[in-house]
Amino acid sequence: MSQTTMDPRLLRAPPKRKLRLSWADERVRGLVWQVLVIGVVGAVFYWLWSNTVHNLEVRRIATGFGFLNREAGLPIGESLIEYSPTDTYLRALLVGLLNTLKIALVGIVLATVLGTLVGIARLSRNWLLSKIAGVYVEVIRDLPLLLQLLFWYAIMQSLPGPRQSLNPVEGVFLSNRGLKLPWLEWQDAHTYAVLAFVAGAVGTWAWARRATQLRLQDGKPRPVWPVALGLLLALPLAVWLAFGAPWTVDWPALRGFNFRGGLTMTPEYFALLAGLVLYTAGFIAEIVRAGILAVPHGQWEAAQALGLRPGAVLKRIVLPQALRVIIPPMTSQYLNITKNSSLAVAIGYQDIVSIANTTLNQTGQAIEGIAIIMLVYLTISLSISFFMNWYNSRIALVER
Amino acid sequence: MSDITLGTAVAAAPEAAPRTAPLSQIGLMGWMRANLFSSWINTAVTLVLLYFVVRWAIGFVEWGILNAVWSVPNNQTQACRDLKGAGACWAVITEKHRFILFGTYPYEEHWRPALVCLLFVALYVVSAMRRFWRKELVLVWLATLTVIGVLMWGGVFGLSYVPQERWGGLPITLILATFGLAFAFPLAILVALGRRSRLPAIKALCVLYVELIRGVPLISLLFMASVMFPLFLPEGMNIDKLLRAQIAIILFAGAYLAEVVRGGLQALPKGQYEAADALGLSYWQKTGFIILPQALRLVIPPLVNTFIGFFKDTSLVLIIGIFDLLTAGKTAIIEPAWQGFGVEVYLTVGAIYFVFCFAMSKYSQGLEAELNRHRVR
Amino acid sequence: MSDTLVMEPGESVASAVRADAPPAILMDRVNKWFGALHVLRDVTLSVATGERVVVCGPSGSGKSTLIRCINRLEQHQEGRILVDNMELSDDVRALDAIRREVGMVFQSFNLFPHLTILENCTLAPIWVRRMPKAQAEELAMDYLRRVRIPEQAKKYPGQLSGGQQQRVAIARALCMKPKIMLFDEPTSALDPEMIKEVLDTMVTLAEDGMTMICVTHEMGFARQVADRVVFMDRGEIVEQGAPAEMFENPKTDRLRLFLSQILRGH
Repeated sequence: MSQTTMDPRLLRAPPKRKLRLSWADERVRGLVWQVLVIGVVGAVFYWLWSNTVHNLEVRRIATGFGFLNREAGLPIGESLIEYSPTDTYLRALLVGLLNTLKIALVGIVLATVLGTLVGIARLSRNWLLSKIAGVYVEVIRDLPLLLQLLFWYAIMQSLPGPRQSLNPVEGVFLSNRGLKLPWLEWQDAHTYAVLAFVAGAVGTWAWARRATQLRLQDGKPRPVWPVALGLLLALPLAVWLAFGAPWTVDWPALRGFNFRGGLTMTPEYFALLAGLVLYTAGFIAEIVRAGILAVPHGQWEAAQALGLRPGAVLKRIVLPQALRVIIPPMTSQYLNITKNSSLAVAIGYQDIVSIANTTLNQTGQAIEGIAIIMLVYLTISLSISFFMNWYNSRIALVER
Repeated sequence: MSDITLGTAVAAAPEAAPRTAPLSQIGLMGWMRANLFSSWINTAVTLVLLYFVVRWAIGFVEWGILNAVWSVPNNQTQACRDLKGAGACWAVITEKHRFILFGTYPYEEHWRPALVCLLFVALYVVSAMRRFWRKELVLVWLATLTVIGVLMWGGVFGLSYVPQERWGGLPITLILATFGLAFAFPLAILVALGRRSRLPAIKALCVLYVELIRGVPLISLLFMASVMFPLFLPEGMNIDKLLRAQIAIILFAGAYLAEVVRGGLQALPKGQYEAADALGLSYWQKTGFIILPQALRLVIPPLVNTFIGFFKDTSLVLIIGIFDLLTAGKTAIIEPAWQGFGVEVYLTVGAIYFVFCFAMSKYSQGLEAELNRHRVR
Repeated sequence: MSDTLVMEPGESVASAVRADAPPAILMDRVNKWFGALHVLRDVTLSVATGERVVVCGPSGSGKSTLIRCINRLEQHQEGRILVDNMELSDDVRALDAIRREVGMVFQSFNLFPHLTILENCTLAPIWVRRMPKAQAEELAMDYLRRVRIPEQAKKYPGQLSGGQQQRVAIARALCMKPKIMLFDEPTSALDPEMIKEVLDTMVTLAEDGMTMICVTHEMGFARQVADRVVFMDRGEIVEQGAPAEMFENPKTDRLRLFLSQILRGH
């Protein structure tokens, strides 16, 4: 076959369909439908918008985000950054956002750990353990979250005052003013020790990879645990000793009506954290259980029949398949924790919703206030969604 | 192969009689051995758990029953306070249960909200039974919801008029959840169909709606309803707070239900769509007769689970000041005499929610098992 | 090593039994219960090295349970099982050694869907037999060539047909160079047109002298390949013998009934 001329039949483009202006043409119909729908929706929105503009004028409500630069006059109970009521609304909102993240991130970590443990417990051979885990999951999922939050808050409030606080362990005090834990007086030596730990973690990971590479090359396994021990334990310890090994503990001490020193967890934070973690862990437990059950038993058997040890079977065969099923709904739950933290406003924890709510009450600018709330959450949700879609497309099992 | 006759002439090879399994394998002993004491770790875990369970059970019985105070005369709660937490003060329930259940509804007319609650339960039960899954069910819903409206408002048939501000408690929770589902469901179907449409404008609109609503917490929608809706309406036009909250809940539920319905539409084999097209059915005929009936049946368990979620989410109206069951509970303990007995009230309110949600959860699980049984041949 | 896979119909594979070696598998009065159900009753079976045994019987007869006990996917409660002169017990090291020498092919293939075909085959040699990766890949490609699908090495199981997947499963088990191969109804989940390709692969294996125990309904395969056919019913071995003997002169009623049921229509 000649290489210079292609078969002329392959060179033609498909013919363009001409638009017949008639109701019978399905594309004309489609266009008409879309124009109609957009028209109706647009008209409704226009009507709502014009009402709003009129009402704002009549009630003399300001518009725009200028209020962000005004002095807030908002007292905020707990804050991760420096704040005083003379700061601007913008700063107040930032404090709220940080409070939201503080709850969301800690909640996500704790809920994942607890949820995974409960999920595995539900699959345990021990009947008592799996039944108890099952009861926990069923009860938690059948009660409203707000109810659980109010319940935990009521428990916190019914605790005795600081002078009669519960003292289960030396230095730990639980009262209706919150949880007080002894904390380390943070010094440079500790920062360097933590950095050494992080460096050690990176080093251990690098060595584990190298060990696997070498093993694939010549078949000889190389132990990772001695290196891990050295880098994760001995190295930070050595660094800390090199800086003089400072070790002063800040014990909470009762001064007057309350405790000074140590680490404080306000009753609001504690109740919100307890409620969110226990609630979400129930859902995560079900997700983990479904993920592990989703791996057919035949996979276990085939891997064991090949001689793989249970640890290796878990690591190489079962977990990769289980995680595929677990991760999408899991990220959905992470999103839920973040959104559910907005219930903080019901028990007085000042997160972004609570502060934005107070702001819009004080300035009267409802639209801007709610827009801020929605924008914050939309950003978080869309980024998590985006990440999830990317992750899903990467790990999808290849099929015909 | 030639005909085989089971000749009675040739004796069958004697079959060894089955022996019973070793004693340690069967019966209660065997079960306990396998499930509770199969290894050292297992035994240790069982013993630790038993210890804690027994301890907490005893503690709860002591607190909740033995040391509890069941009623006090005339709001004198000193007897309760003297307990100092060693016993439950169920007196708060004895005193306040009417308030918690029905809010500030006029005392003599309490039979009306009570009847309304029963009607809702009956409606759920009837809808759950498969033999009633016919078109007439829609009429039943419409009729029941109208009757409920008449009972709550009154003003006709000799019933005294009760304005909406005085409604409260369990009926509000049921109203918000049920009317929410009733209106959100058709909306969700339309949005799910729209999302699968090939017309880009409609698809974009539906995607926007769903992603926007699912990305924000319900609280922000409720705030929007309570604070922003009045601004959206022309002067003089007023919608009361309950209706505004209801609209917000409908919009919220619609987005989540749309995703569930969309899952069903996707799970339906393409062959169904193609067969309907091949028969010459129009889009709406195809959707109404073939696609929706099957797709909706496929997703009933997740639909019920989503409904359980809404049922619980109605409690959020506490934050915008609407009197549902949870709000009534919280308000009951605001007065100084009853302050501090939140635990008892929340346990009771929790029990009510639990009964509803647990029943729905078990129903959904049973339905799922049944549907799977039919599918796996 | 033979490369041809096509046999003339009626031709049988020559016997490879080594009478001088100790038995590959020895089962002595093995009993197993599932809860209260007695599924294996006093099963005594001895398989010589190089012998090919086909186990058949009605469903529920315990034949799958029998071979799953050999690599301890099921645990027996009474009796002894010796594989390659090592006793099957709770000893983990003995179990590891036994599983290295026994390969298994499942009815539902059980390929690992998240690994490529090549990775499926090299997984165990690398991580259990500690082979270098390059050597394991060479070995895997060799076996994939023998089952005649070397070109699929980089694909994923989901992209292959049922017959191809089962042949990969056979290659995967062979990559561990086992002394004994167990087949648990390898063709029962396949469409009819794919059964032949898998059976042909198994015939080649038999020609190479592999000790095989095969649970199957394919009586043609049994006639061609088996040194011995074992008939099980309700948990016990009812009859066993050379295939020709068993099929032409069944001695017990139960075997006669079974043969009439499966050979109907042939």
